[in-house]
Amino acid sequence: MSAITPPAHGIGLPVEREPSPPRGDNYLTHSRGILSWLFSLDHKRIGIMYLVGVLTAFLIGGIFALLLRTELLTPGPTFNSNKAEAWTFYNHCFTLHGAVMVFLFVIPAIPAVLGNFVLPIMLGAKDVAFPRLNLGSFWCWIGGAIFFTYVLLGGILNASFGWHLPGGYGLDTGWTFYTPYSTGQGPHAHSTDGTIAALLGVFILGFSSILTGVNFIASIHMLRPKGMGWFRMPLMLWALYATSVIQILATPVLAITGLLLLAERVIGVGIFDPAIGGDPVLYQHFFWFYSHPAVYIMILPAMGVISEVISTHSRKHVFGYNFIAYSSIAIALLSFLVWGHHMFVSGQSPLANAIFSLLTFSVAVPSAIKVFNWVSTMYRGDIRFTTAMVCAMCFIVMFTFGGLTGLFLGALSNNIHVTGTYFIVAHFHYVMVGSVLFAFLAGLYHWWPKMFGRMTDLAWGNAGALTLLVGFNLTFMPQFIMGAKGMPRRYATYPVEFQGYHVVSTIGAYVMAIGLFTIAFNLLHALLKGEKAPANPWGANTLEWHCPSPPPHDNFPVEPVAGDPYDLKSWQWDEATKQWVLDEQRARTVAGTEPTVHHH
Amino acid sequence: MLLSILAQSAYLPPRASTVAPEVDGLFNAILAIITFFCLVIFAAMIVFAIKYRHRVGHEGGASPGHSTALELTWTIIPTIIVLTVFYYGFKGFLNETVVPPNAYEVQVDAYMWGWAFTYPNGHVDPELHIPKDRPIRLVLSSRDVIHSLYLPAFRMQKSAVPGRYNRFWVQATRLGEFPIYCAQYCGQNHSEMLSKVVVHDPKEFPDWLERASDLAKQPGFTPIKAGGQIVAARGCLNCHHTDGTASTGPTFKDLFGKQEVLNDGEVTVDENYIRESILYPQKRIVKGFGPVMPSFLGSLKDNEIDWIIWYLKSISANYKGDMSAGLSGGAVATSQAAPATKPAQ
Ligand code: HEM
Ligand SMILES: [Cu+2]
Ligand SMILES: [Cu+2]
Repeated sequence: MSAITPPAHGIGLPVEREPSPPRGDNYLTHSRGILSWLFSLDHKRIGIMYLVGVLTAFLIGGIFALLLRTELLTPGPTFNSNKAEAWTFYNHCFTLHGAVMVFLFVIPAIPAVLGNFVLPIMLGAKDVAFPRLNLGSFWCWIGGAIFFTYVLLGGILNASFGWHLPGGYGLDTGWTFYTPYSTGQGPHAHSTDGTIAALLGVFILGFSSILTGVNFIASIHMLRPKGMGWFRMPLMLWALYATSVIQILATPVLAITGLLLLAERVIGVGIFDPAIGGDPVLYQHFFWFYSHPAVYIMILPAMGVISEVISTHSRKHVFGYNFIAYSSIAIALLSFLVWGHHMFVSGQSPLANAIFSLLTFSVAVPSAIKVFNWVSTMYRGDIRFTTAMVCAMCFIVMFTFGGLTGLFLGALSNNIHVTGTYFIVAHFHYVMVGSVLFAFLAGLYHWWPKMFGRMTDLAWGNAGALTLLVGFNLTFMPQFIMGAKGMPRRYATYPVEFQGYHVVSTIGAYVMAIGLFTIAFNLLHALLKGEKAPANPWGANTLEWHCPSPPPHDNFPVEPVAGDPYDLKSWQWDEATKQWVLDEQRARTVAGTEPTVHHH
Repeated sequence: MLLSILAQSAYLPPRASTVAPEVDGLFNAILAIITFFCLVIFAAMIVFAIKYRHRVGHEGGASPGHSTALELTWTIIPTIIVLTVFYYGFKGFLNETVVPPNAYEVQVDAYMWGWAFTYPNGHVDPELHIPKDRPIRLVLSSRDVIHSLYLPAFRMQKSAVPGRYNRFWVQATRLGEFPIYCAQYCGQNHSEMLSKVVVHDPKEFPDWLERASDLAKQPGFTPIKAGGQIVAARGCLNCHHTDGTASTGPTFKDLFGKQEVLNDGEVTVDENYIRESILYPQKRIVKGFGPVMPSFLGSLKDNEIDWIIWYLKSISANYKGDMSAGLSGGAVATSQAAPATKPAQ
């Protein structure tokens, strides 16, 4: 331990509070060359590489979505005059759309990009607990992505030139890989032969997810700074903690399920295929045992982002902190007990159906309460319509729709009517896409200045977000109606009575694309031409705003002391210098800490 | 009442079963609840957003970081609501699950990509015909992958799982025809795995069954006509078109007598080859097609195969033989073994 020095800056303050860091030293400029990125152990660089990766996946998944919706403009075949080929093409599109979006985009998006970037800084740490493991996690993601690319390429080569990569004919099982269709024991084996590569990809991606989870849990346990007890943690950290618990406990089940499926497909061990003594419904149990918790791997970190963004941009202490913190953990644990709600018509026992239905409703309550908490946080605030805030408000709209429509699905008799229809498609797009995507964007806009030291243009950002909101509802609202009327999902063609809804939905998808391109343009524009960002452009009080934008290589030269993360009132706008200034005295009083000592 | 009629036509299919009103009642109740909550939440959000927006002269106020009374209220009320919704959902489900005694039983066989409904007298039909006002118990299974029998107008659905039997029951309350969909993705033609429920007057149902069961007894029977009915009814036409275009399978047009190129070798399509293709479809595969056709062994009777052969002859320019036997009803229809009537080429 070194000499005791008096605190220079009070609560939660790094040494440095200039609008821009001293020339030359931030994590972006710290070292040069592509290798200094690819093998970087810096959590910030890994976060940025993840960002590039998941956005690429999002683009590819998005192209598939547009192809799907275009095919559905009319009931007849669109891209190919031969029906059989058109339907096959459609089936491959929705499978790859779903698989790429779920495994390569939504699951890693918030934890791996935003989590990686902000978690250590929020902890006032120099990096995550295990930086090498973190790099390993990124490379696992790349490994998984390569397998998916192989399937994709195989499908394209096959469709365009009739070439056949071994095991790469493409994939048309749906992202759910239901057996026995996916085990391919029947006469249709060739159309599902991408299953092997895709499942290997999923297996490897699983490790990416597990390693990130391990890292976050260890970091949160080991690296919290002075002054940050569990209930002084920013809610983003609670959310990431809860997410990590699920990642660690649920992902191995998916990995094993994938291996069992491969064992059956490749060496003919009878596990899921009744033709060789297996049970196909068993697969569904295994699959949803992972995949229901996985939807919380997606939504919990989104909720964390929203808590940060709403509180900051409303300049209000978040309402009901303890409840939000506890409910993240409660949701994570309960999410393991409801998987059977995906299987109400599979033939599982009526008793199991009843129990799963009841438990499903138990998860709904904490989710609803969080919404009330966020809206209450805005009460008596001083709300700024930054793009982050606008996205967060869009999130509330999306999540309210998506979560509440879960009531229809949780209720047994209603579920039996709409399961397997577009109603399900609409429901999970509202929660996974509407909500998670808007939260991801809110987070990007919120932390963009921190990541790159540049401000985004407000008008274009908000225009993009609102276009996306309109496009989204145009796309998915008609799908609720179609589904309730009985239009099944995963249909390449459909009865004409549904065409009107499909046309509106397709137009909505195009509008969404416009919104998303506007946002992409807006973010890129900020990188190139954006105004320089100060260390704390929003006057927020979590620790990442106490270090320069972009942060230096090792974040904090001096370990900071944390105060109340939502003590926004201690930051006052100074009109003269045009920046937020901390009232240190006040911050200390709020935090209830006396001036303490720093250890160098 | 008026409201519910309007509502029904707007976002729900017609109601044709005993459970439908109950299911729709719950649907509408949930819809009302969520509309209420959406309005409250969005209104609060928008009002706060406007009222507390940042502007010159506005300062954010203080408000408590939490409020036990408020938090308890908004925990307890949603809890009561979801428990109530659970209860009614469960009650409806029990009604759908407990089969009344004396139900009429139909066996459902799903396959890629069609349905076969077997009636108690052994008749197999691609459509589900049922009498109105009588409980019908359906026993489902699948010959290949998992499918799901979905009857939107009846608000009922159940998976057809290979290697096991799933059961459910319905009771129709309206005459008419209602769609059947497959609601579990099952490969290439999943979206064309359609059929319909035909609800008959209970008095006329036995007549329908008798007529349907024996094609030979239908008025105007000829082997060619019967063959045409069978290929339509048993799902052959889903994959084999009759307009000369190839689909999942080769076209039926001009098939009989044609020189067909196989994966290994060639064959002239004759009665024996057709019979083999129906019963053992994987034995010889036409070049350019996948080994995807299901076997009809045990599900098509010999005389039905004969009629199919007659039908194929009737639409083939390659068949030059005598057609008269195929065009006449009566005794010829029951004649055995098609090869015996094989004409010289
Ligand atoms: C908050 C209350 C929620 C309830 C009560 C609920 C209920 C349900 C139920 C019962 C199903 C099964 C429907 C079926 O297949 O028959 C379902 C499907 C689904 N839900 Fe939710 N859900 C809720 C929130 C969420 C959230 C937050 C997410 C994701 C972030 C989510 C994602 C999904 C997905 C992905 C599916 C379907 C997946 C598929 O079949 O491909 N749900 N939901
Ligand atoms: Cu679920
Ligand atoms: Cu099917």
